[in-house]
Amino acid sequence: MSIAQVSVNNGVNVEALLGAREALTDAPEGAKFTWRATCDWINGTHSATTVRGFFGLGEEQSHRTEFRFETDHPEVFASEDNGATPVEVVLAGLAGCLTAGIAAVAQNRNIQLRSVKATLEGGMDLQGILGIDSDVRNGFDGIKVHYDIDADASREDIAALVAQSQKRSAVFDIITNPTDVTVTVA
Amino acid sequence: MKHPGSGTIDVIVIGAGHSGLAISHFLTARSIEHVVLERGEIANSWRRERWDSLRLLTPNWQSRLPDWSYSGDDPDGFMTMSEVVDFIAAYAAATGAPVRTGTTVTSVACLDGGFRVSTDRGDWRCRAVIVASGACNLPVVPAVSAAIPKDILQLTALEYRNPQQLPPGGVLVVGASATGLQLADELQRAGHEVTLAVGEHVRMPRIYRGRDIQWCMHAAGILDQRYDEADDIARARRVPSPQLVGSREQTFMDINLLASRGARIAGRLAGIRDGKALFSGSLRNVCALADLKMNRLLAAIDEWAAQSGQARDVAPAETFPPTRVPRSLCLSLDLKGGDIRSVLWATGYRPDYSWLDDKALDRKGHIRHDGGRGVVPGLYVIGLPFLRRRKSSFIHGAGDDARDLVDHLAGWLGTRTPRSRTCVAV
Repeated sequence: MSIAQVSVNNGVNVEALLGAREALTDAPEGAKFTWRATCDWINGTHSATTVRGFFGLGEEQSHRTEFRFETDHPEVFASEDNGATPVEVVLAGLAGCLTAGIAAVAQNRNIQLRSVKATLEGGMDLQGILGIDSDVRNGFDGIKVHYDIDADASREDIAALVAQSQKRSAVFDIITNPTDVTVTVA
Repeated sequence: MKHPGSGTIDVIVIGAGHSGLAISHFLTARSIEHVVLERGEIANSWRRERWDSLRLLTPNWQSRLPDWSYSGDDPDGFMTMSEVVDFIAAYAAATGAPVRTGTTVTSVACLDGGFRVSTDRGDWRCRAVIVASGACNLPVVPAVSAAIPKDILQLTALEYRNPQQLPPGGVLVVGASATGLQLADELQRAGHEVTLAVGEHVRMPRIYRGRDIQWCMHAAGILDQRYDEADDIARARRVPSPQLVGSREQTFMDINLLASRGARIAGRLAGIRDGKALFSGSLRNVCALADLKMNRLLAAIDEWAAQSGQARDVAPAETFPPTRVPRSLCLSLDLKGGDIRSVLWATGYRPDYSWLDDKALDRKGHIRHDGGRGVVPGLYVIGLPFLRRRKSSFIHGAGDDARDLVDHLAGWLGTRTPRSRTCVAV
């Protein structure tokens, strides 16, 4: 291992990740994960979603603690604004996923990060969800993600980090590609 | 006849293309007894599984096999398929390769101390098998093809020959490697409205610093990079073929060219829902990745030129404009309205090993090997992408790989029997 490799620390345990990659190549069943969330309606547009358990590596797993996300709509929608809108949570998911990927790829490429800041924007025409114009989609008409990154690397290497992070991102894939969604009622 | 159509022999080579013939050349040089079994004719895939207008992606001077090279008067040209067939057939004749044409291998079973190779013309027993049956036997077509409306013609690149096979009207070309781009361009010039679905791809200029890109990569040592020196060989082996065409008419055969000629550029075909093709929103990133990778390749060539002192032998360094992605992405396309009449799958190829013993294969049906040496002792494979070197899948890549593998094979045969001729040579 070179000196450069030792000194770079983005807080990512790349050895563990690479080890997991190798182990799961040989045991692909262990790679099958299921992520879960539970949502309870509170009142109006206000809901609380919690996550705790998930399945992976062949058995039930659990977060260290339960995490809770409250979602609501803002006051301009005549709501109480008790939390972020669900679409903002989607932006948070995309930002968290891409930024985690940037840190992991940077560690793997021996690039020391000093600061990473993402600014996200999702455009939306409310004529879709309000049913005013059926040609307008409900969701974002586009998402813009802008990164400001301070790192020990050339401009091109930083661009490559960001590109590679998108290539390996789960949320980027979920947003850019269709997903089969099944909704059932008890 | 020196060798009958069945019996016992030291080595069987499966496939009489450039790879199998290069192997045969080195086996003959070592007096190792062998036959080359060929389902059709010599260079069969080059004869029967290519589209009409295809030319090699490598220039003529680079078409070479062990003790055999291009001798025509157009070293910078690109061979047509019939010229490739002639080149390989002449090599087979010159080397006197013991080819059994019209002999289809139906199974290879790994036995104690060797193999049983069954064919439609009888069975062989042998001590070693070299699989040289190619990397592109079957088209890879995504499962989503099942959801294409029935009145739309579907064709794979393996079946495509020329634009006359397609009905008039719009075509969705899926895939933007060398195959997809070349066919999209041909179809567009034949009057079809083309939509091109673009996933990950490798962009590359035909000419860089006044030289063919293949010359640059060869000179810079890139084509000779070894499999055991690659950072991630599994990934390197999956890299799609570069966006090249065997022509010097334009510097690039890329998305910018197709778009400038009127093609609609969309992202990867991600699904079909309610009769609509859905395209990925990742187009900007796959284009950014391709531009970054291209610039790294060109930077590596620049570095070589500076360090080797050959910078004066090539033109000055160049930079190329990035891929232009449409401001507004095409995310869906109606397949029911009649605008799209056919879909052409240029989504890759894979080898067919349905006849090969499961013991030799991994869970995805690929041969388990280390640089061409199978996990089953005595089994070898040649002619796959980055098998031993970056150039492994090119005609000119067969020679070095064949020499390495026959060296190993000779040693292996030698250690297995004291009477082996190869022991005497040492």
